[in-house]
Amino acid sequence: MVEESKQKTKQKKVRDERPTTLAAILWKIVLLGLTDAVVFLLVLVMVGQERFTESIVTVIVAIIINWIYLRKRGLPAKYLAPGVLFLIAFQIYILLFSGYTAFTNYSSSHNGDQALAINTIKNASFRVIDGEDFTVSLVKQNSNGERALLLTSNADGQVYIGKDGKEKAVVAPGDYTLSKDCADKYAEDKTTCAHAAYTAKGFTPVKVADLSLFDKNKYLSLRVVLDPAKSNEGIKTADFSSALPIETTFSFNEKTKWFTALIADDSGNYAAGDVFKPGNDGFYHLNGNLKAYNLSGGWRVEVGFKNFVTIFTDQDLRKPLLKVISWTFIFAISTVLSTFVLGMAVALLFNHERLRGKKLYRSVMILPYAFPAFLSVYVWAGLFNRENGFINTVILGQTPGSEANFPWLTEEGPARLAVLLVNLWLGFPYMFLIVTGALQSIPAELTEAATIDGASPWQSFRLIKLPLLLVSIAPLLISSFAFNFNNFTIIYLLNKGGPADSSVVGYDVGGTDILITFVYKIAGFNGGTGQNYGLASAFSILIFLVVGSLSLVSFRRTRTLEDIN
Amino acid sequence: MTTQNAETPRVYNFKRRRRTPFQWLLSTGWRHILGLVLCLYALFPILYIISTSLYPNNDINNTNALFQAFSIDNYKALFNDPTRPFATWYLNTIVIGVLTSVGSVFLSALAAFAFSRLRFRGRRGGLLSLILMQMFPSVLGIVAIYGLMSDIGQVFPQLGLNSQLGLVMVYMGGALGGGTYLMYGFFNTIPREIDEAATIDGAGHARIFFTITLRLVAPVLAVQMLLSYIGVTSDYVLASVLLNDPTKYTLATGLQSFISDPFSKDWSMFSAGTVLSAIPTVALFLFLQRFITSGLTGGAVKG
Repeated sequence: MVEESKQKTKQKKVRDERPTTLAAILWKIVLLGLTDAVVFLLVLVMVGQERFTESIVTVIVAIIINWIYLRKRGLPAKYLAPGVLFLIAFQIYILLFSGYTAFTNYSSSHNGDQALAINTIKNASFRVIDGEDFTVSLVKQNSNGERALLLTSNADGQVYIGKDGKEKAVVAPGDYTLSKDCADKYAEDKTTCAHAAYTAKGFTPVKVADLSLFDKNKYLSLRVVLDPAKSNEGIKTADFSSALPIETTFSFNEKTKWFTALIADDSGNYAAGDVFKPGNDGFYHLNGNLKAYNLSGGWRVEVGFKNFVTIFTDQDLRKPLLKVISWTFIFAISTVLSTFVLGMAVALLFNHERLRGKKLYRSVMILPYAFPAFLSVYVWAGLFNRENGFINTVILGQTPGSEANFPWLTEEGPARLAVLLVNLWLGFPYMFLIVTGALQSIPAELTEAATIDGASPWQSFRLIKLPLLLVSIAPLLISSFAFNFNNFTIIYLLNKGGPADSSVVGYDVGGTDILITFVYKIAGFNGGTGQNYGLASAFSILIFLVVGSLSLVSFRRTRTLEDIN
Repeated sequence: MTTQNAETPRVYNFKRRRRTPFQWLLSTGWRHILGLVLCLYALFPILYIISTSLYPNNDINNTNALFQAFSIDNYKALFNDPTRPFATWYLNTIVIGVLTSVGSVFLSALAAFAFSRLRFRGRRGGLLSLILMQMFPSVLGIVAIYGLMSDIGQVFPQLGLNSQLGLVMVYMGGALGGGTYLMYGFFNTIPREIDEAATIDGAGHARIFFTITLRLVAPVLAVQMLLSYIGVTSDYVLASVLLNDPTKYTLATGLQSFISDPFSKDWSMFSAGTVLSAIPTVALFLFLQRFITSGLTGGAVKG
């Protein structure tokens, strides 16, 4: 037997040096082949859009992946690579990008690089002139892939094909197909679009939704010649559904990268012939003067500590920020305390050996936790409705429909109370569950010994059970604090952080906003204006520092707590 | 001593004859009374939404009288509203949830296997940084995630903003941080002797991983998948930032549209949608009760 196993060990060693079975080799070939095929496609698309840096990075990543799986050694890497790839792309990159964004002026008006901004300005620098207008369908020529506009005249229904830099050419009636339905499904007037051509012989229609920004910009910059004698006039589309005759308002010098106004601004901001130069704030300014008028459409630039300086010194921000910070702490601490106290009380109540139906009670108590939080928060928002909500009309017995009812959600104090009440309901089952678990792990001998020594139930709870509970539960209380510190769901879905504070200028902030919902609003994700991603990122970094260091300090504390045990 | 003396005869009596109501009240009765009050507290919002969903009209005035009408009109209407395609949202949520949970559990199982069974440089450091990574809440990264997805979308519209596949990828990014450490613990409980025996019988590492280790932790994998499914399907923030086309919404972002417009709140439809959306999650939760409780004391917090 021993001989045999020794032999096998030898065999195993031999086997380890190459893939064991044919199946394993086949799997490897298929999976790697698929990966490489996908990478090849991705790179092809990127090169097509002149994204060379990104293509090179992708190719390098693909080479590393192939190297990991083709070489014989380095087994751990084979198991770690897939997860690490996602981790790098969507966690580590996100962390670094947050850090970087905090030092830029990234916002809705500084979105992308300078080349993109130039493109945006170019595409937007036109003025509509009198003439025939068209309904548009985007197409690609089958023979050479050239992008073109299929134009249907809104005046006489005549169909043309329009290519960049050429005059529009008539398409014979048999050579085009009319669209079956409107691009806009809910359009009330179906007559105009029903008669527009959507594809022609030799061309393939293109869906706007499938276009990359690169392709969109190519279609936006497509200019059909209107009159060969006038180079600054043409037909273009600005919305992918209609095309209008236009004239260019700015010319762009590819060498100097300057814009020159061809026509004076209607509101007198600049005159014909004025030059716009890029400023280091990510905008084109008149004569490059940072204080002068700038063209809309900017790019991302690094601004150093400006966002952090804003956070600490902006007078408009100071008052709302201090309020938001203090409420964030009040909210997180009172949530942890209230849910813990109620959860522990419920646990003690049901932690009785002769109590019947414990399982049933437990299943009912777990329901608020099991019910998806985002849904229960919406439900509570309805219950708290001022005029007709269940709480005002049934529980508090106020008049249904009356505007004089208790202003849950519409005034700051009550709204904060409502938030805490809802979070108590959401959170106590969790505390109930963990306290029950911890109570059961406390040896019965301890409390029995205390009882024999003459301790009252309250004494044995306060002096024996509670300290032991805290030792095992303190880390969970801390993570509960960290979780609630960023508990977006309850704050935003209950009341969108409101009621809005009208006394604050320049920032969208409400009475129950905590830091994370405030950041969400600064980033404009609530549909608001501003969309200051740079400032929002700076806030994110600060929140992370606060939560991270609190967790660290508290975990140290916990260790000392454990030493007592 | 006195306490003990008082206790002993009472236990004795309990076994001998029925207690009087007063004695019952003193020992466990008051617990039942308080328990019922607590049940009412825990249940009333849920009962309220079920009751509201059964009211035929959209009048919040009437719905406050619980369970006075029973009609399934709202449920029917829910599936016949072309501007708010509830069935599509439901399907989207299931697809996103299943893809994410299966994908991320697989990724973290792979990593956990490496950490548990293989010895390599940076193993300890890797595990520690995964635990650290967990502390960074993904909500804080929303701006960067939005930026990244918007950049990806400029090149690949199918993967960028407003793409469900993109959303799944973002969720999977959290896979390693979220599940590896827990699963590492479970893998450690499987005796190494089993692996060694298999190796002697000629099995390669892949065969050991797929046919032995994964099979042995299958129940844990299932529970992890279900927990991850519950987590993903309840996410509002990322879904709301990344998806903006009503046909791509998940339930979390879609249901909001019934009540977000202050002038046309549709509570009846919303409550019917809520009931239907909550049923799978609540059922999973009750089914998983035992595992969830043990997972909780292990340090996981529902997100």
